[in-house]
Amino acid sequence: MNATPLQFVPASEFKQRAATAVANEHLRRSFRGAMDFLIGKRAAQFPDAALLERQRALAEHIRKYSLARLPDLLEQLERKLTENGVQVHWAENAEQANRIIIDIARRHSTKLMVKGKSMVSEEIELNHAMADAGMEALESDMGEYIVQLDGEKPSHIIMPAIHKTKEEIARLFAAKVPGATYTDSVDELIGIGRAVLREKFMTAEIGLSGVNFAVAETGTLCLVENEGNGRMCTTVPDVHIAITGIEKVVEKLEHVPPLFGLLTRSATGQAITTYFNLISGPRKPGEKDGPREMHLVLVDNGRTQAYRDEQLRSTLQCIRCGACMNHCPVYTRIGGHAYGTTYPGPIGEILSPHLLGLAATHVLPTASSLCGACGEVCPVKIPIPDLLIRLRAEAQHDVPPGHTPMLGQGAAKSGLMDAVWSGWAALYTRPALYRAFGWLATRFRALTPPLQSGWTVSRTPLKPAKRTLHEQMAARERR
Amino acid sequence: MSARDRILQRLCAAAPGITPLPPDVHAFHAASDAEQPASSHAARIKLFCEKMAFWHGEVVPATHANWPQKLRELCAAKGVRSLLHAEPHATVLQAAGIGGLKPYDRPVEGWKRDLFENTDASLTSTRGGIAETGTLIIWPDASEPRLMSLVPPIHFALLDARQLYDNLFAAMTDQGWSEHLPTNALLVSGPSKTADIQVTLAYGAHGPKELIVLLLLEEGEKEDLQ
Repeated sequence: MNATPLQFVPASEFKQRAATAVANEHLRRSFRGAMDFLIGKRAAQFPDAALLERQRALAEHIRKYSLARLPDLLEQLERKLTENGVQVHWAENAEQANRIIIDIARRHSTKLMVKGKSMVSEEIELNHAMADAGMEALESDMGEYIVQLDGEKPSHIIMPAIHKTKEEIARLFAAKVPGATYTDSVDELIGIGRAVLREKFMTAEIGLSGVNFAVAETGTLCLVENEGNGRMCTTVPDVHIAITGIEKVVEKLEHVPPLFGLLTRSATGQAITTYFNLISGPRKPGEKDGPREMHLVLVDNGRTQAYRDEQLRSTLQCIRCGACMNHCPVYTRIGGHAYGTTYPGPIGEILSPHLLGLAATHVLPTASSLCGACGEVCPVKIPIPDLLIRLRAEAQHDVPPGHTPMLGQGAAKSGLMDAVWSGWAALYTRPALYRAFGWLATRFRALTPPLQSGWTVSRTPLKPAKRTLHEQMAARERR
Repeated sequence: MSARDRILQRLCAAAPGITPLPPDVHAFHAASDAEQPASSHAARIKLFCEKMAFWHGEVVPATHANWPQKLRELCAAKGVRSLLHAEPHATVLQAAGIGGLKPYDRPVEGWKRDLFENTDASLTSTRGGIAETGTLIIWPDASEPRLMSLVPPIHFALLDARQLYDNLFAAMTDQGWSEHLPTNALLVSGPSKTADIQVTLAYGAHGPKELIVLLLLEEGEKEDLQ
């Protein structure tokens, strides 16, 4: 793991950002409203709890099976795609992935790349890399287009502009889109975006997309979307580049329907999206449209670290539906930007430590009340709360000898905390010391400090009782 | 060593764990089907129409004989001045007296702007439909290229009701998709849409604003539908 973790907003400042977000009533109202809406829509899709459990069990099985065979399936996928005329590239980190894409873009003298929704491209900060290379990368998903136009990052993986009201978007369009006049009609705003972006689809040299599922047996890349911008990006420009994490592969085409059915229902409460795009290669001789050249970039970027450990490997089962964030009481209160990472919410808390290292992200797994909602709604049954606890532990401890440490292993260790716990252990394993401490703490309770580190930030100070519990019980029995 | 080899090496070095048995999607569907009454042709048609309407797709019943006539009426009603079609459909469309016919007869590079800006509607065939979700299976090829179902604001699609399946899995396995996928197979459920602005649904995001399915029924079936 020699990659420099990419981060523009440090996750370590999470607590300050969370405090700011919690104080923003407008933001809280829009997230609460949107999350309640999505929770209701999802619930309506799963009226039969027993059936849902069977579907989740099957989906989990498919993902676990695919991961167990991941190296084989990746090689099979590469072989099939190559046969189909697709060029397959591998990138260990963001830097390599960006270089691969920029090299392709330069070969085609690219001025403009249109992008369908791809979280991996956000993860590697492709837009910045393209800009540094003097080329424009334009987001074409309506939500992504809006946040990019405002110089922001998505605040939700499925609904990138969920933090914005239509009035804010109306002002943004009027200010930044040439020729647009102020309108807060959603239909008209979408019309403005449509007109701008259609022109871009026609002129872009390259279209970039993500991948929802990659099918090894057929060499097929599946894309899930409602808008049609994904299809535009993968069909109109002369070159199509798809980018995906290495974990998205499944063995057989028939493994896709169970995952696809749960993905859309869990994400937005839709039984299906408008488009499901199965791409198995570039334009064939005789065909009249479609890209003449097609690439797939397979990105590791820390995923092999999660893969190494059987428990952490389940992180890679994720199909990116976002249901965990929709149901997370912390996410709903602070929104996606507070996390400072590409993937916010519970999935971000368990994935980001692998992508960015624990040094930068150890605070994220603590941003959870461990209520368990994320694990309960996860369509592929990732035990998110267990993984949060595991990552908290990894951040506090060194690895046992002979084991490979995680990136940033033990980053949250503090000498003071270690001393406190050593003292605690000593007290609780030595009866005489324990009794002496109890006697002193109760007799000198007036000396208890009023400021007790993190505890008193939002709670009243703790003060020992007048007598220890042992003493009180003994007195009671004497009566 | 290449990036590829290093990634694969890291994956292979990981604890293999226990590989689960291959997932049995067939068994899952067999078990689900056993719990429900067997679906009928009529029930599939009814469900498909309901679901397609839910996605804001319009379903127009027609027969194998009268659909060109229906299409002419629809084009007139919607003010369609140019209709993009596959070359094999030319004769039947001309015979129906539909004006503004535009065959997709050359690579898109030669007429991209015309396709994007001066093409009101398109007609494509389908390879079938899915009742459970109100979905069309579209199988673009050399004569019906990919962009036909995406760029024009109105998309007319011909669907033979005999090609309706209960669900995606049934369609995929019955038609043997994994043996011969085209460069770009598509499932389409309604016109293009987005809810990215304040979770408010809007149609015609980037693709068609209207999707009209000409559902081809056998003589006599139409009465059952209504």
